[in-house]
Formats: sequence, structure tokens, C-alpha cells
Amino acid sequence: MGRIVLKGVRKAFGDVEVIPPLDLEIEDGEFVVFVGPSGCGKSTLLRLIAGLEDVSSGDIEIDERNVSTVSPAKRGLAMVFQSYALYPHMSVRKNIAFPLRMSKMDKAEQDKRIAHAASILNLTDYLERRPGQLSGGQRQRVAIGRAIVREPAAFLFDEPLSNLDAALRHGMRVEIGELHKDLATTMIYVTHDQIEAMTMADKIVVLRAGYIEQVGSPLELYHKPRNLFVAGFIGSPTMNLFEGATAAEHGAHTIGVRPEHLVPSKTEGLWKGRVGLSEHLGSDTFLHIHDTGLTETITVRAGGDIDLHHNDTVYLTPEADKIHRFDAQGLRIA
Amino acid sequence: MATAHSKSAARIMIAPAVFVLLVWMLIPLLMTLYFSFADYRPLRGTFDAWIGFDNYVRFLTSSSFMSALITTLWMVAGILSITIIGGVLLALLLDQPMYGQGFVRILVIAPFFVMPTVSALVWKNMFFNVDNGLFSYLFKGLGFQPYDFLSQSPLLSIIVIVAWQWLPFATLILLTAVQSLDSEQLEAAEMDGAPALSRFRFIILPHLSRAITVVILIQTIFLLSIFAEIFVTTNGAFGTRTLTYLVYQRVLESQNVGLGSAGGIIAVILANVIAIFLMRIVGKNLDN
Repeated sequence: MGRIVLKGVRKAFGDVEVIPPLDLEIEDGEFVVFVGPSGCGKSTLLRLIAGLEDVSSGDIEIDERNVSTVSPAKRGLAMVFQSYALYPHMSVRKNIAFPLRMSKMDKAEQDKRIAHAASILNLTDYLERRPGQLSGGQRQRVAIGRAIVREPAAFLFDEPLSNLDAALRHGMRVEIGELHKDLATTMIYVTHDQIEAMTMADKIVVLRAGYIEQVGSPLELYHKPRNLFVAGFIGSPTMNLFEGATAAEHGAHTIGVRPEHLVPSKTEGLWKGRVGLSEHLGSDTFLHIHDTGLTETITVRAGGDIDLHHNDTVYLTPEADKIHRFDAQGLRIA
Repeated sequence: MATAHSKSAARIMIAPAVFVLLVWMLIPLLMTLYFSFADYRPLRGTFDAWIGFDNYVRFLTSSSFMSALITTLWMVAGILSITIIGGVLLALLLDQPMYGQGFVRILVIAPFFVMPTVSALVWKNMFFNVDNGLFSYLFKGLGFQPYDFLSQSPLLSIIVIVAWQWLPFATLILLTAVQSLDSEQLEAAEMDGAPALSRFRFIILPHLSRAITVVILIQTIFLLSIFAEIFVTTNGAFGTRTLTYLVYQRVLESQNVGLGSAGGIIAVILANVIAIFLMRIVGKNLDN
């Protein structure tokens, strides 16, 4: 129903190779998130799968069918754009009906599918409005509605939540996650937000400059980052990295300790430092610790009620089994 | 523009412009209105300041009025359809990335810089002329009889000349509209299975509707007063006498200022009626 395989897919714009040859398999029903810093080629990769860009070489297969040269409409995929790309002069109903109308579907069947999509997405009361009269979240839902009525083999999402405010983003994240559970259709989701990636994905693909740095489940990436880039990219606040003598003690070129795996203490510990800024979030406290002689700033994630403030002296001890070790090339030492 | 001080400063600063507008527009209009109720024929030395609506009645009931009105409407409609259809096509073409884009765009805009009289003369003598015109050479080259455009289809010839002048304007406005279309909408339509023609019909054309409205409005207002092109080509003969030209003939050829002024006022009223009519039709387009 929606198994997508990329074989040696390569994309170059003129002389600039945006995506070097790349292989990837996406299983049917999977929620795959492409994540990476901006300019890493994740959107381009999505557009290649969608057919909005032509591959320079390599093959894209959807359900064993080579679609590399097939037009976007005939690939059986639906896409939700960052700007939603709703048709402003059409009502919500007509927007959702557009793909069905283009496929010359029977009117009764169209109405049935629109009603179904509208009820799933809570749009029933808004069907006669124009997109301009809707809020950001509602527009987002219309865009999703337009995608689901086609019953595509897979959904493609291009940073769909980046235009929403934080509260709405959380709500839509949950909605899209639940939609995936209900529809059990393959979804490919592009984002630069690692929280979206961690919370929604079955499988995360971390990209950097067109290269796949690591593919794995969110927890796999968190517990066993394959290299320094993934280690630094996944997790918030980011992992503390130490080089030099401290790392050598552990037989590595670089060691990494996540902020939540450092135990702060007022009286004793392995490393001594001074609290710079402490950010009290209620549930957690992020401590920025200076003057440890190891690295400029160490971030610690402590309990919400910890009593440490600016300029206090603090001792830190990393949890022994939570230390990540990397060699000189930045690759993980198992 | 928030404080009382800046508001009064703004008023003082726009005052000269308002004053000039008043002098330039209101005074001629009032004088025309005044003459339109007078029997004023300077060559015969007649001046009767008030003869009521006689001039209006004479202008409206003369046989030339209806024919001039119909000619005007045909001319405007013809020019509008050529410029809108041609403008949309040219705008879509110019929006495509191509080599020498900037240069081509300047070339397309160029006709707008040519004075109406000049362009009409160039068309008359270099293109439409039976003996030496380019079209005659073309026809002869293809083995046809040369065609005398200006005497055999004069209205169409003038429509072509004026459409050529106004095409750049339509193209320019429509091009900016085409460029403001969010490319993701076109991509979404492509994903939704819309072929190129449907994308044009359902996405691009509705997006352009507002710009097309603006072009129609502005052009109609200007086209109702075409004069130079008729003056230097057919002199109003062969069914090319528009309302504007009729007014000119009444004032300068018949030397009847009163009658011409009445015609002028009628033309102003008609133009306003058409403008209001257009505004109402397209009002829906403008306010979303």
C-alpha cells in the first residue's frame, strides 16, 4: 500500500550536488521523519519523492513500481505544504474536493469522502467558508483534509507546523499522530524541529548536507547516536561534549554526556564549577555551569526544585553508564 | 499620521495637489457644463447664455449619436479583449525563466512609451499602407492581393493599433499578478492531479481575476477617450467615429461649442455610468 524505496537517488542543481546518491527504505504504514538543520536537503528529498523535482539519477519505487519519471499526480501520493497552499478563491469544501474533481470522481462518492474527512478533522461547520476566514490551525486541517480524501499510498508533510504558534503546534502534533494511527498509511514528515521528530516518528532519518547520518527509532537515536552530529542534534538541551584528558580517561577522543545524566551536588562530585544562569521551568531546571576547566559551558538538567543560583559553586558527576564515547572521526565507539 | 500635529501637517502638504486638481479638472468641467446650456457658435457670433436642454436634445436625437456610441463600445470591447487575452498569455510567457529575460521585458513594455499619434502614423504608413506597407509586402510575397486595412476594415485597424499600445500595460499588471502567485499552490494542484490547462483554469485565472479587473477598469476609462489614433488614420470616416470624435467634430468642424459641450457632458455621464457598472460587477472581486 505504501512502501517507498529509494535506490541511489541523487539530485544536483547544475554543479551543486544537493543530495549525493542515497538509499532508503520506508515500510508500509511507517511514520518516517526527515530531520536536519536547514539546508540539509530534507525538503528536496521530499520533493523528489513527490515528483515535484526530477531525480538526477537513481530510482524511486513505490510499491515495487519505479516512479522516477512518473508525474506527481500519478504517484498516488498526497502532500501537505508548509504554506498549506490552499486555493484562496475556493470554499473549504471545494478545496477538499479539488483532487477528487480532477480525478472525475462520482459526485455522490465525492460528497461522502468530504463529509468523512470533515468529520475526522472537525471541519464540518467550516465547509462553506473560504480559507482566508479560517485560523492557522483550521487551514492546516483543510490542507490535511485535501490530502486524505484522495486515499493516497503515502502522505508527505513539508514542515507543516512551522507556521503555527507553540500551543497550536502541540495540538496539531497530537492530531497528526492520531491520524496516522487511525489511517495506518505511510507518512513522510519533514521538520527541523527535533521535538516533532522525537514525538511523532516510528523512524527518524537524520540528514546533513544530503547525507543520511543515521536512521533509527527515536530512542535508538537518543541512546545510541552513531556519530557526533546526531549526538548533538538529537536531545534538548543538547549533549555536553568533552575532549582532551577527560575523554582520554574513557579511551575516546570525545565523550558526550546528556544534561539529564549529570548529577549536580553542592558538596561533592567529580567536576567543580560555578553556576552561570539557572533556568527554572517548574518541572525542570536547566543549569549553565562555567569555570569547570573542561569546556566553556556545561548544561545540566536538574529537578524543578533544586536550590542552586547564580555564582553558586556546584559539583557534577556524570552517570557512569550514560557516557557516549566517540573516536577522532566523530564515530561512536560501541 | 497619529497626532493632531502630523494630521494638520499632512493637510497642508497635500493642499497644493488638491488645488491643482481642482483647477485642472473642476474649472474645465464647469465651463463645459456652462457652455452646454448655451447657444454658442463663435464664427457666427451667436452667444445665447441659456437655451435650456436644446443642445442635449439635438445631440441625443441626431442619427450620428447612436452610431458613435455603438462604434465606441465596439472599439473599447475589441481593444479590451485583445489586450486582456494577449496580456495574460504574454504574462505567462514572460514569467518563464529564459535567457535575456530583462531585455525581453523592456522590449515588451516599449510600445507604451510611443506617443499615440506617432504609433498610429507608424502603423498607417509602415504597416497598413497598400503600396509600401509591410503587410502588403507580406501579402504579395504569399501571392495574395494587398489588403487596404484602413479603408476596408477601418474599425479593426484602429482596434489593432490601440491594442498594440495598451498591450504592454495589461501585460505589466498581469505579469506582477502572475509572479505573486504562490508556487506551492501550483505544486499542490499538480499533486492533486490537475493537468496544465486545469491549473490555468482553476488556479491561475482566479488568481488573476483581480488584476484583470483593474486592467479593465483603467483601460476602459482611457479607451473611452481615444482620439489621436482616429484623427491621424481615418479622420472619423468609415464608421470609426466614436463619441469623443463626434464631440470634436461638433466643436471644431461645425463650430458649435454649445452642442459639442452637451456631447462632452453626455460622454462624461456615460463614462461614469460604465465605470459604476463595472465597479459593481467586479466589486466582489476587489474586496476579498
